[in-house]
Formats: sequence, C-alpha cells, structure tokens
Amino acid sequence: MDAAAEHLAQLVELLRTDSEQLIHRWVELTAPSLRGRLTEAELHSDSRELFDALQQALATTGNVNDSHFAEVKGLLEDLSRARARQGFSPSETAISVFTLKQAVSELVGQQDDQNLYRQVLTFSTLLDVLGLRTFEAYARTREGIIKEQSEQLLELTTPVVKLWDGVLAVPLVGTLDSIRTQIVMEKLLQALVDTGSEHAIIDITGVLAVDTQVAQHLLKTVMAARLMGAECTISGIRPQIAQTIVALGIEFGDITTKASLSDALRHALRRSGVDVVATARSGR
Amino acid sequence: MTELGTESARLEIIGDDDVVRVRQLARSYAQQVKLSLVDQTKLVTATSELARNTLTYGGGGAAEIGIVRDDHRTGVRASFQDSGPGIPDLDLAMTDGWTSGNGLGLGLSGARRLVDDFELDTEVGRGTTVTVVKWSR
Repeated sequence: MDAAAEHLAQLVELLRTDSEQLIHRWVELTAPSLRGRLTEAELHSDSRELFDALQQALATTGNVNDSHFAEVKGLLEDLSRARARQGFSPSETAISVFTLKQAVSELVGQQDDQNLYRQVLTFSTLLDVLGLRTFEAYARTREGIIKEQSEQLLELTTPVVKLWDGVLAVPLVGTLDSIRTQIVMEKLLQALVDTGSEHAIIDITGVLAVDTQVAQHLLKTVMAARLMGAECTISGIRPQIAQTIVALGIEFGDITTKASLSDALRHALRRSGVDVVATARSGR
Repeated sequence: MTELGTESARLEIIGDDDVVRVRQLARSYAQQVKLSLVDQTKLVTATSELARNTLTYGGGGAAEIGIVRDDHRTGVRASFQDSGPGIPDLDLAMTDGWTSGNGLGLGLSGARRLVDDFELDTEVGRGTTVTVVKWSR
C-alpha cells in the first residue's frame, strides 16, 4: 500500500468512526442557510445518504472521476434538482456540500497529524469538484423550468375569446415576435372557421410597444382574416402608441382601429346589425 | 455627441431575445430620467427598430445604452454597432418605404423621427453605427 492510499484509508477510518458526530455537525452548519424550507429531519436523512455514499466511494478510490463516485454524483444531482424546484438559490444548494469541508476540518484540527491534514486538503478539493457539480445540475434544472414556462406562456398568452355571436377577440399581451404572431394568426383563423364568425377584434392594450415589425405582423394577420371573409378591427391603441405609430410613418390603410375594446365591440355589433339599446325597466 | 457616463450598459445583439432585452433596458433608463410616457414609448420603439436592423441587416452586433447629461437636461443615449455590410446608399436607406429586406421600410427613417438626436456612421464593408438620444423635457 503506497503512502497516498494509506492516508486515504486513514481518512476513511476517521469518517467512519466519527460519522455520527460529523453528520450532526454538518447538518448543524447547513441548517441556517436552509431554515424554514426544509425540516431538520429531511436535511439529516439527505446528508446521511450522501455521507454514506461518499464514504463508500472513498473506501475504494480518491479519484472523483472514477465510476465509484457515480452514486455520489447521482445523489447530488437529485438533491440539486429537488432544491432548484423548491426555490433554493444556487449558493444555498452548493453550501450543503461545502459545509462538510468545515465539519471535517474542525474534526481533524483537533488532531495533530500532518499526513491526515494533507489528506483532508485533498478531500476538500474533491468536495469542491462535487460542489461545482451541484451548480451545474442546478442550472440545468432551472433552464428546464424556464423553457417549460416560456412554452406554457406562449400558449397561455394567446387566447381567442368569443365576445358575441359572430364576434371574436384576441387580447394580445407583452411582446409580439414572429413565433407568437404565427400562433395568434393560426388560432384566430382556425377560430373564425370553427365559429363561423365574421368579425375579429385584435386588442393590443397589453402590447408595450408597436414597432414596424409588430405592425407588419398585425397587418398580415388582418389581411389573412380578410381573405377568409372576416372583418378585422384593431383595438386598444393607447395615446402614446398612436403618436409613435404616426411618427414612425406606419399606415394602417383602411383597417378599422379603435381606442378601446368596447368601442371595437360596438362597431362590430353595429356592422352585424345588432343594436345595443338601454331599456327602462320597471322597478328601477 | 455627449458621452455616456457610468450609468450605462452594453448588450450583445445576436438573437430576437436580445432585441427584447435592449427594449427593456431602454425603458428602464427612460423611466429613470423621467421621460414622459409618450417619449418613453418613442425611445423604446426607436431602439427596437435599430436593434432589429443591427440583427437583420448588420448580422448582429452590440448596443450600448445609458444616461447622458448636458448643462440643463438629461436624456437617454442608445448606440448600435455592427460590422455588417454597411449601407451603400444612405439617402435611399433613409427613404420611407424603401427596404433591402422584406420589412415595411420605415425602421430607419421612422427611428430618426422618434428621437431628438440621430447620428449614422456607415462604411461599405466595415459596418454601421447608429447613435440616438432622447432628451427629457
């Protein structure tokens, strides 16, 4: 057995004999940063599982890239993923690994052994590598969540609603890029066919800025609806948007535009021959 | 043109998402210097046009946006740089309705009308830099 392996064995022995004390101290050090969102018992069982796997791997090799560390890495990735979903920050996630360094060095600091100390340094480096892995796993999970959400948003933010018999409305919110416009256009045209509607209102109250690209997308949507025999109104043009459109020099031509959705609805109803009349009711 | 101070940021423009980021940045600076709602919208729309030009015609580049001050007013300056093909005929490019792509042909000329100061520096084969300022009143 060479010197390095001997030291490693010494460390493993230390981890084994003082495991209860180490895990206890480790949990104690980690708990403050996770307070309230994870119970001590949960943290304790997570830590013990990780500790046991780490101890087993170390008993065979000190090389973190060895296949014996696969279980440790798997556990860490599961842990990071869970923490990312629970809303912990990356530092809060990685600290669960780094605090073990402190727990171990505290323990070794009590003993006066040069060789053991050197081994603890190697162990620290190993934990650094593992800590970085939690970062990576964490980032991957978060990216996944963001992607999921933006896909959901894309679907959510483009509803086609029926306002009246033969009158559809699409309230647009946020940023209109090519992909979203494409979805809006498809949904609207399909809804026109499905409901047999002759009027569509595109409401842009929630669109922050109308630049030439957005305008072009809107114009194309209106044109497509017209080709299908439907009349399109654009509503929700706020004062600042109106002034910007004029300054840009965009022409909406003969497309009907209205300041508010209710104006657009009234216009659509009038065009389809419906009159909205206030009636005096008895008892009022 | 007035130099940018410390309150400025630089953004790479390499995708559609970056155009949105440029717009958000311009809006936050516009709110900081208390531009009116109309002027905010005008500035944001102008930066949107110019950022998209940088992306579509310049093949990507960078935007630098920040707060500028002179003796008696503050404003927001936005500068867009690309090292694309440049603009061979500037007068034509500034004409309403003319486009070398498939847009409306109003982006560049429209952006000039939306801001207070407009400076365009271009050289064929070297790239284009457009700098605009919107002053608060």
